[in-house]
Amino acid sequence: MGVGIEVKDLNAWFAKAQVLKDVSIKVGANAVTAVIGPSGCGKSTFIRCLNRMHETIPEARLTGSVRVGEMDVYEPGIIAADVRRRIGMVFQKPNPFPTMSIYDNVSAGLRLNGYNKRHELDAAVEGSLRMAALWDEVKDVLKKKSGSSLSGGQQQRLCIARALAVQPELLLMDEPCSALDPISTGKIEELIFQLKAEYTVVIVTHNMQQAARVADQTGFFLMGKLIEFDKTEKIFTTPTDKRTEDYITGRFG
Amino acid sequence: MPSLSRPVSLARRFKNMCFVGLSGLAATLVLAPLAAIFAYLVYKGVGSLNWDFLTHTPRPVGEPGGGMANAIVGSMIILGMGSAIGVPLGIGSGIYMAEFGRGRYVTLVRFTADVLNGIPSIVVGIAVYALVVLPQQHFSAFSGGVALGIMMIPTIARTTEEMLLMVPNTIREAALGLGIPQWRATLQVTLRTASKGVITGAMLAFARVAGETAPLLFTAFGNQFWSVKPNQPIAALPIQIFAYAISPFDEWHRQAWAGALILIVLIVVAVSAVRVVTSRGNMENNA
Repeated sequence: MGVGIEVKDLNAWFAKAQVLKDVSIKVGANAVTAVIGPSGCGKSTFIRCLNRMHETIPEARLTGSVRVGEMDVYEPGIIAADVRRRIGMVFQKPNPFPTMSIYDNVSAGLRLNGYNKRHELDAAVEGSLRMAALWDEVKDVLKKKSGSSLSGGQQQRLCIARALAVQPELLLMDEPCSALDPISTGKIEELIFQLKAEYTVVIVTHNMQQAARVADQTGFFLMGKLIEFDKTEKIFTTPTDKRTEDYITGRFG
Repeated sequence: MPSLSRPVSLARRFKNMCFVGLSGLAATLVLAPLAAIFAYLVYKGVGSLNWDFLTHTPRPVGEPGGGMANAIVGSMIILGMGSAIGVPLGIGSGIYMAEFGRGRYVTLVRFTADVLNGIPSIVVGIAVYALVVLPQQHFSAFSGGVALGIMMIPTIARTTEEMLLMVPNTIREAALGLGIPQWRATLQVTLRTASKGVITGAMLAFARVAGETAPLLFTAFGNQFWSVKPNQPIAALPIQIFAYAISPFDEWHRQAWAGALILIVLIVVAVSAVRVVTSRGNMENNA
């Protein structure tokens, strides 16, 4: 089941450059939330702060609090790996592990966290690939083909299956379709729509039409600040802030 | 201004052909000494290669027969010990330099590895003599292994570092994003992705030290008799070849040629075996 996210006063820096300023947001559980904004507005940094990936960059730091469900993600004593196990992430460019087969790719999160029982892994792999709508295309070559031998759209669905296999409560997607063709994009958007029954999804997208298609709520970021956050329909038809209106009508961006 | 729509001039095409030809010639010239050495070794050595040679220890000079069995096994033992020291330490420091090191300490480690690489092998032998043989009060296979291991470390460390740095950061992020602890992500994802290159580096180091004679002169020392104990002097192919080659006896010269041929064959077999073993279970990599 999905969890809600509560972010309070999040500030983030790369060395001296501040990229997020006083971001506070409440994301609903079992819903799809889109994060939109022009390039460089901090949307990718924002979601990377949610699963503690921001701190993997040298000289990156942040202040503020992030609560995922009941867990304060940045509480001292909480291990980053535990946080990331509860939160799945799909990146902009598909990044399957090139030296592993499709089966090993999908089961990587489980195997490398210590789960080794063959039948459990088999079930998890099949379940995740079915959820990612990839099972029928690869079920005969699970162990024979490597992750990187698939097409771009298939690779991204493989990465989604890999993220889902560890059964996270929250799924973060950083522009998952920007490197894909329209047909693959359509398949993934359909998938996101089905995922929200079980997961909370936060998707960063620079494609406003995509946000309008898949998201229940949308947040608009500009220069590191969260300008407006509301139901998707309201953001795109009657936004409150003028800057939001300028962005969605294409006056800049 | 010359028009770009005119066909490329004859002079330019001729220059192009010259350079292509020259680079092809360079490639051939590289292969030629290798082929020549191997062919000459086979020519001189294959005549003395027989079952006796491979299974008997040396006979006193003047008596026919005998072989280099002790040296063949001795080399394998020393190389095994050297690899047991050099490969883990080399890969470990390569991983540190690529994944975990920051700032000045890494620069120091890298610099030290490069300097160590350039130290003449005889100096390494003398150093190990002072550090291992003297305290132990005897020559030993183990000290020979230590000397060769020390020589393997810099090559393996630097190659491992280079190969790991070539793994795109997106792979590391994907692994971390799954909640895999960093040490496991480094070993079972990043290192695994770079494994082909890392193994090649290890094999290069292995092939290089397999023929080293100087460091073994003061450490393993050589042994005319059969010995496989790590704490005693042990025969090794390079030492045996050297001793036989500078001797005045024809019979020993012939055996030296055969020994040299065996040494090359052993290196090629070892390297090929590693390649075969690591490529088993390779999957289709094309769509």
